[in-house]
Amino acid sequence: MNLTSLQRLDRRWIFLAVGLLVIVPLLFNFHIAPVQPSNRSRGFYDAIEKMPEGSVVLLSGDYDPGTAAENYPMHLAAARQLMRRNMKIIALALYPAGPPLTDQVLRIAGGEYHKQEGVDYVNLGYKVGNELVMSQMGQSIPNTFPVDNRGVSVKLIPVMKGIQNFQQIRLIVNVSAGYPGTKEWVQQVVSRYHVPMVAGVTAVSAPEYYPYLQAGQLHGLLGGMAGAAEYEVLVGAPALATRGMDAQSLAHVFIAFMIVLGNLAFAGSKKGNGR
Amino acid sequence: MSLHPSHDIGIWIAALLTLGIFSFLYRDNPVYKFCEHLFVGVSAGYYVVLTMISSVYPNLFQPMFGSFAKDYHWLLVIPLILGIMLFSRFFPRGDWLSRWPIAFVLGVYPALRITGFGQGDFVEQIHGTILPLWVPGSIGTSIGNILLVVGLVSTLIFFFFSKEHKGALGGTARLGIYFLMVSFGASYGYTVMARVSLLIGRVMFLLDDWLGALRF
Repeated sequence: MNLTSLQRLDRRWIFLAVGLLVIVPLLFNFHIAPVQPSNRSRGFYDAIEKMPEGSVVLLSGDYDPGTAAENYPMHLAAARQLMRRNMKIIALALYPAGPPLTDQVLRIAGGEYHKQEGVDYVNLGYKVGNELVMSQMGQSIPNTFPVDNRGVSVKLIPVMKGIQNFQQIRLIVNVSAGYPGTKEWVQQVVSRYHVPMVAGVTAVSAPEYYPYLQAGQLHGLLGGMAGAAEYEVLVGAPALATRGMDAQSLAHVFIAFMIVLGNLAFAGSKKGNGR
Repeated sequence: MSLHPSHDIGIWIAALLTLGIFSFLYRDNPVYKFCEHLFVGVSAGYYVVLTMISSVYPNLFQPMFGSFAKDYHWLLVIPLILGIMLFSRFFPRGDWLSRWPIAFVLGVYPALRITGFGQGDFVEQIHGTILPLWVPGSIGTSIGNILLVVGLVSTLIFFFFSKEHKGALGGTARLGIYFLMVSFGASYGYTVMARVSLLIGRVMFLLDDWLGALRF
């Protein structure tokens, strides 16, 4: 077979192959290999485990439905671990479409662990302003978020009692799709107020945050669906991300194979042209 | 495998819009264009309403009209006026007024970002690379630290353009290129993972939420 003819291959065949490699393992539910948690995911899990029960944790879900496939499973797993450890959760979102996803996550995890909105957790909703919101929260969280996502004054919400600024926050758990997100929380809050932080991020942005992990500015990092699956295993609640890992693995093998094939075809065409 | 299609009209609309967007993979078509324009319009409307409800009303109107004299709330008149001045762009004779609030934003925002970068990235990252090259009893950590320091120095030298890259400088810069190539490869791998994850997310939605074909 002449590999150079591959350069004329209609790319829609590749789309079809990737589509089938994703659909078939999901439909027939077969498993290639068990998910093994990495040190990065273990750091995320341990940071929450080491906190004293009842600590106040800021859970910032900075993503929208565009990256929900990666961020939602880690967000849900984090809410489950926090509620299992009886943490007080102050949730917010710096993406406009984030609050409904945060609501859903808190409702599901809250139902499983019998937690009550307003008493055990609160969703402060979305606030426009990116880094300015973080900076203003350093002065006063109640002034930055005078009402929660339902429009209830934070002065009337029991879980917000005594919360003034980052001094009362023991840990920041950030689920991020990009800007504003992990980078801005590290720059504006971690470095200024020295609040410990863990982050779950999209795979495409994960390499950007490894230096923060290496420098100790992050205590743990979940990268994409693979990171979410590792974390689900640690939390003991395998769900959406774990289910998607076999499809992910098969698609990766196929793409790696196509990259090798494409390079061989390119090398063949160069040789044929005498270059 | 049995199908249990959703009875939720919202799920059906979302599923059909997903398929409409996916139709672009075959070729550009009117269904795709419709879905794309619908998304842009709905997103813009959602963003405007959400900003009014979640930020402008509780952070500006409510404190200003609710308790004007309390806690310096009268100061909120300043951002209100600056905000109104932004709308002067719609009137050619007075559009110069919008330059003042824009100047205010341009003054505050870069300052905030520069200080954040200085504290969070510049100082902390230099601090993070001051590492012992030999860690007794941990050969893996030692190799990792050496690789990090060598990679950092050689990559920085690659971006040093005040002297021609020849001799030792050229060799080190070349080593820096290899480190950069490894980092580009890792970034590409992560990008592939991200895109496949998004596809998996949509396929799960179609097979589970819409058709009810998945067994969990």
